[in-house]
Amino acid sequence: MDELANVLGSIVSNATPLVIASIGETITERVGVVNLSLDGSIALAAMVGFVTAYASGSAVLGILAGMIAAMLIALLIAVANIRLKQDQVAVGFVLTLLAADLAQFLGQGYTRVPGPTVPTVRIPVLADLPLLGQMLFNHNLLVYLSFFLIFGMWFLMYRTRYGLELRAVGERPATAFARGANVSRVRYLYTAVGGLLIGLAGASYALAIKPGWANPPVMRGDGWIALAIVIFGGWHPFRVAFGAYLFTGLRALASVIQQSTDLPLVLVNAVPWVLMILTLLMVSSGTVERLLRVTPKRLQGALRNVLRSKPPAALGAQFERE
Amino acid sequence: MNAPGPFALRRFMGVALALGAVIVSLLLTALVILAVGASPGEVFQKVWEGIGFLPQGGLDAGRFAGVVNFWIPLALVSTGLLITFTAGLWNIGVEGQMMFGAVFASWIAREVMLPGPLLVTVELIAAAFGGALWAALVGLLKTRGGVHEIFGGVALNNLANIFAIYLISAPWQPPEGGSAHSTPPFRSEALLVPMEGFPVSLAALALVVVGFLVVAIALRGTRWGLELKAIGKSDRSALLLGVATHRNAVLALAACGALAGLAGGFRVLFTYASLRPLVSGGIGFLGLLVVLLTGTRAVWVPPVSFFFAAILAGSTRLKIALQLDQSLAGVVQGILVLLVILSNGVRGRLRSVAVPPARSAGASPAPQPSAEEVAHG
Repeated sequence: MDELANVLGSIVSNATPLVIASIGETITERVGVVNLSLDGSIALAAMVGFVTAYASGSAVLGILAGMIAAMLIALLIAVANIRLKQDQVAVGFVLTLLAADLAQFLGQGYTRVPGPTVPTVRIPVLADLPLLGQMLFNHNLLVYLSFFLIFGMWFLMYRTRYGLELRAVGERPATAFARGANVSRVRYLYTAVGGLLIGLAGASYALAIKPGWANPPVMRGDGWIALAIVIFGGWHPFRVAFGAYLFTGLRALASVIQQSTDLPLVLVNAVPWVLMILTLLMVSSGTVERLLRVTPKRLQGALRNVLRSKPPAALGAQFERE
Repeated sequence: MNAPGPFALRRFMGVALALGAVIVSLLLTALVILAVGASPGEVFQKVWEGIGFLPQGGLDAGRFAGVVNFWIPLALVSTGLLITFTAGLWNIGVEGQMMFGAVFASWIAREVMLPGPLLVTVELIAAAFGGALWAALVGLLKTRGGVHEIFGGVALNNLANIFAIYLISAPWQPPEGGSAHSTPPFRSEALLVPMEGFPVSLAALALVVVGFLVVAIALRGTRWGLELKAIGKSDRSALLLGVATHRNAVLALAACGALAGLAGGFRVLFTYASLRPLVSGGIGFLGLLVVLLTGTRAVWVPPVSFFFAAILAGSTRLKIALQLDQSLAGVVQGILVLLVILSNGVRGRLRSVAVPPARSAGASPAPQPSAEEVAHG
């Protein structure tokens, strides 16, 4: 029981950067912008966050610096796309490579040195609950922040006027514009907010989950995983967070299985990428339709709701004011 | 695409803009170098020497051959990417296709006994086949499974590398025991032969030239090229016009994969003489940057890829000479491509102010794949 609680606790903790990054990408894509640069942005934010924290001795300053670094990249994509009408995938891809190389070059003097970390806080009373206590209430502060973000983002998107506006901008920009929304401003705003969260994810690796900076960075590849989780999660904060936890859990399971058998270690490294392909195959419209065809009629509606992953209608599209 | 003004002026504008982008990206890179406490002048000098330009004047043949030996695989993948870009596909999987080509070439090099030239030919054919296979998988995942080629490509890149690491660490490990660094070196008759005095493989150079000409002609002068262009411009209207969009997408990817596989084969049969992890070394991604710069204007691919290969080869000396990480090459290249894309946008804006009516917004050089589908999985 104790061991199970520890395993679940470490999954929740290890999933935190993925949760935060995918939530950041979700809000970005919900207004119609694709920030493809995640894999590079996260690495750059981790490096900037670590070096700032190392130099200043303050993890908080480090986190803020990492968030700003990733926000600047996100804004660059938004400006290139909205104002300069350039392909956001092209810009995002170039920035993926550029940010990763910048992180590696600028961080070269700071690899494998100890630095400040975010403290772990045991929540009194709640942490003593059986199973749940160790799983949810004995973590570093960023883990609690990620819980708050999941619910906060859901509340913002589905329970406020701002959420209505941001979803409208991503689904029907022309209509939103006619109703008085400033489409470009909303896109800039939430791309920047998404960038801040992506930066927070990067900093949370370097200052909490896998402390320090290394070359190659420990989180390499996770940015792409986060992008896929957003699709798997159907652009909904709860489902996206579930995807991040599920993914981290399966990764942990694979390494447990490997340790108890003779399978080569490299196979564990293959698991994330096989999962990525399988999940995207699963939620693609073709597969869902095929599955629905062999499902009893009564269950079709429920299955469709569970599996369907419909992107915001105006995702990636330019908005031209008539 | 069409700027007002005479052709010559437009060309001048283009050259001026390119030069401006190079200068500004060098300035920004100088700032990055200052940030790590190094001297930009010293760094640029070392890179210049790394390319082969000697301080006392003249050219070091050995180092300049190093540039050519980066250019060969880079030109091969860039040529391949011309095909996929024309068809509107984002073949990020090109790195993995290089690695799979390298694995196939290594397999023949290890297992097959044939006289030298014949063996190398078979190795290269196997490399092209391996790359094409891995690329076709990206295509099938896209057309049959609805998985966007960016995600399929990224996943298959990682899987190809993990597979290579597995081979190196288990079945193909050196006899003295498991190392994750490389397989034992291949026999010399299994390798591409360098020329005397200028250590570059003539056969590989010939392959680059032939590959480039075939692709350039196929894209410009054949029905297939036209079909790919139609798909690149609009997938849907091409389908309505009777173009087999799915089959052509898979074919375009496989053709690109074959060239990428050859590039990977070159890396194991010449550069390393063994199989290593990440044998592609980022050259595939660099090819994507090259084609983002040139658009689908094929003539520009050889010179631009040569320029990038020079930066890459030059910066390999940074580590030895100045203890600086060679990722600086990626920084310069990334800043340069970013600036060119942004300046295209600025040009588009200026033009749309100058000529207000009618279709002036589309300033992007290539019929780039639309972002619309990317996140749709």
